Amino acid sequence: MNTLEITKEPETTTQLSGSQAVLEALLAEGVDTIFGYPGGAIMPIYDALYDYNDRLKHILVRHEQGGIHAAQGYARTSGRVGVVFATSGPGATNLVTGLADAMIDSNPIVCVTGQVFAHLLGTDAFQETDVINITAPVTKWNYQVTDACEIPTALAKAFHVARTGRPGPVLIDITKNAQLQLFAYAGYQPCNHIRSYRPKPIVRMEYVQQAAALINEAKKPFVLFGQGVILGKAEAAFKAFIEKAGIPAAATVMGLSALETSHPLHVGMLGMHGNYAPNVLTNDCDVLIAIGMRFDDRVTGRLDKYAKQAKIIHLDIDPAEIDKNLKATVPVWGDCKETLPLLTDLVTRRDHKEWLGRFRELEQAEIKEVIHDELNPTSEVLTMGEVIRTLNELTGGDAVIVTDVGQHQMVACRYAKFNQSKSNVTSGGLGTMGFGLPAAIGAWYGTPDRTVVAIIGDGGIQMTIQELGTIMQFGAKVKILILNNEFLGMVRQWQQLFHDKRYSFVNITSPDFVTVAKGYGIPGQSIRERKDLKQAVSDMIAHDGSYLLEVMVGKENNVFPMVPQGSSVAEIRLK
Amino acid sequence: MNNMEKQEYTITLYTENSIGMIGRISTIFSRRKINIESLNTSPSEAEGIHRFTIVINETEEVVRKLCRQIEKQVEVLKAYYNTNDEVIWQEQALYKVPTEVVTEKAPVERLLRQYGASAVVIRNDYTVFETAGHREEIDALTDALAEYNLIEFVRSARIAIIKDSEGFHKKLKEFEETEPAEEVVENRYLNKQDKVFTM
Ligand SMILES: Cc1ncc(C[n+]2csc(CCOP(=O)(O)OP(=O)(O)O)c2C)c(N)n1
Repeated sequence: MNTLEITKEPETTTQLSGSQAVLEALLAEGVDTIFGYPGGAIMPIYDALYDYNDRLKHILVRHEQGGIHAAQGYARTSGRVGVVFATSGPGATNLVTGLADAMIDSNPIVCVTGQVFAHLLGTDAFQETDVINITAPVTKWNYQVTDACEIPTALAKAFHVARTGRPGPVLIDITKNAQLQLFAYAGYQPCNHIRSYRPKPIVRMEYVQQAAALINEAKKPFVLFGQGVILGKAEAAFKAFIEKAGIPAAATVMGLSALETSHPLHVGMLGMHGNYAPNVLTNDCDVLIAIGMRFDDRVTGRLDKYAKQAKIIHLDIDPAEIDKNLKATVPVWGDCKETLPLLTDLVTRRDHKEWLGRFRELEQAEIKEVIHDELNPTSEVLTMGEVIRTLNELTGGDAVIVTDVGQHQMVACRYAKFNQSKSNVTSGGLGTMGFGLPAAIGAWYGTPDRTVVAIIGDGGIQMTIQELGTIMQFGAKVKILILNNEFLGMVRQWQQLFHDKRYSFVNITSPDFVTVAKGYGIPGQSIRERKDLKQAVSDMIAHDGSYLLEVMVGKENNVFPMVPQGSSVAEIRLK
Repeated sequence: MNNMEKQEYTITLYTENSIGMIGRISTIFSRRKINIESLNTSPSEAEGIHRFTIVINETEEVVRKLCRQIEKQVEVLKAYYNTNDEVIWQEQALYKVPTEVVTEKAPVERLLRQYGASAVVIRNDYTVFETAGHREEIDALTDALAEYNLIEFVRSARIAIIKDSEGFHKKLKEFEETEPAEEVVENRYLNKQDKVFTM
């Protein structure tokens, strides 16, 4: 069986081309924005798009990687499916990094790629690549369409798979003949069931009861929350749960903003460059409640020394995550939007004042050793931390913070304040340099009324700097904040700490970013003195449109605390 | 057997019969540098559902996690894994030997009888024998025949029947329901309340 089961029986039919059917499907799924780049094998779809211009906004990116990162940013701030168009061959292979990124960070994405005519498949035709096999390991599902009749069903299935269960990227590869083919179109029927696909398990009350019993007996319970809370749209249920049970909660990088930073039970960020208290006390708590997170190695440090003393309750929608890295005492499979309220009902109202106090004590130690000097430095050179502090002061924590990858990412995640969910957009699992700028563009389209600030290193910006052209042409109001330390900072930090300061190819030179931005019609400035910082950040935010601010920061500053690779979380270093 | 020790496991998958399934499944193993000892695909007892039989040598923990990862594939309905004593299994082998060896060398005939091999084709120049059984038996016959001008030899992948399976018909019905059935993942904790509460 090669073909999809076509569910819709034609009642009244119209003749449509495969290309039109693609666009009808997008409309039916409520898509308003497409990020894409045309080419030979997808020309019929772009031709059809000409007539849908009033209903579908297409953003012409400057590189397909930029297109998919933009779609990811869009998905992350809007909570909707991000859509990407690309042509066959190089267009499709340029998507691979973004697919891998979206896969590991569970972003709902639908990519439509053009493919050569069906009769040319396997002939090494011009711009033919085996996109299905190349992308299989980095997609939740993919499918090649060679007959237009399959298009409505394939797209319906694509949207269903991308956004349900644990979300992920889906790629539909459509041969050119199918795009051109006229067929009897019977309308679009959304997909809500695939027999071989069970996006969410039925919640078993037994687990919930066991979990509640453990929590009610606990003296030192500790909650870890990940992006699952955001993906499950369960922020309110999550807050209700921790508030009733009185449990301190720490975020993974991907979970940031699911709970407002200022919440009294928010005790910071986990992981390699996370906060001191949540890392240390992971190895002291008696019940560890993990919600929508997957115990990534950057979170756990050395696994055989991770939370050995604790009972583990793991709430996740993906059964493959349960027991994958850490054995759960009680697994609570299910959508946390369903399981959390059930759990909240069964837990007793508590307040673990003393236990929470331990977090606050250790926090003081971290403030004294690290945070205070990072945010209020007396050094001559600016620190990344004080830039973020200034940003917090001027946005009040209302901005969407998009980051690239490196030291600036960790500093931003550590210090940025978030008042509302879906405000932190970063490449967590894959750590993709070059993610920041295009993701910020998409993030802005996902929520155009909010201030979107892209915090990017001098290395990462140069990986996808061409997307300034997209901003120039389509006007996304992205604030680009380059934290320039004239190094590939994070790698330099490791070379300093673990390779005897043998700086091997981490010294990177940059163009004059302000001039580059100017070339793209984007205003900006570069500063290096403390006295200019506040005004410069304020100018950037106040400007009605995109703006580039480069801040020259200390060249050899390090991000601390740090859990060195191979160490336990309790061995976190403050310096 | 200790479940931390490696042993042979037979993985049985029920999947949709779609193009590219073998590739999707096999990368789940190769990504983790796990060697597939044998892989067979065939129809199953349930109409339209494909059955994969995969043999690997691994610990129980690895096999369990692999099955979870496999089940994440959108077109896989269910993954089971079993130890050798939980399945009835066979492999098939074909041997091509010169006919004169069979007619002239008494030990060869004895060997073939001993292993229950039967002739599929008899020609003047060669004869093709077929036998089915466990790997060890087939290997033993192969080794023995090697001394008598074995011209060609081929052995199939393992096929296996799970001893206490009721087949997939009922499960398939559950999968076809729009409301999901309870079983999605078996619960290995449910009846172990005491073990959970040992604080
Ligand atoms: C595509 C890609 N290539 C390489 C890396 C490895 N890497 C991680 S952080 C980093 C340095 C980033 O430097 P920069 O963008 O200047 O940011 P900084 O760390 O200085 O803030 C590198 C090279 C990566 N994460 N992604």
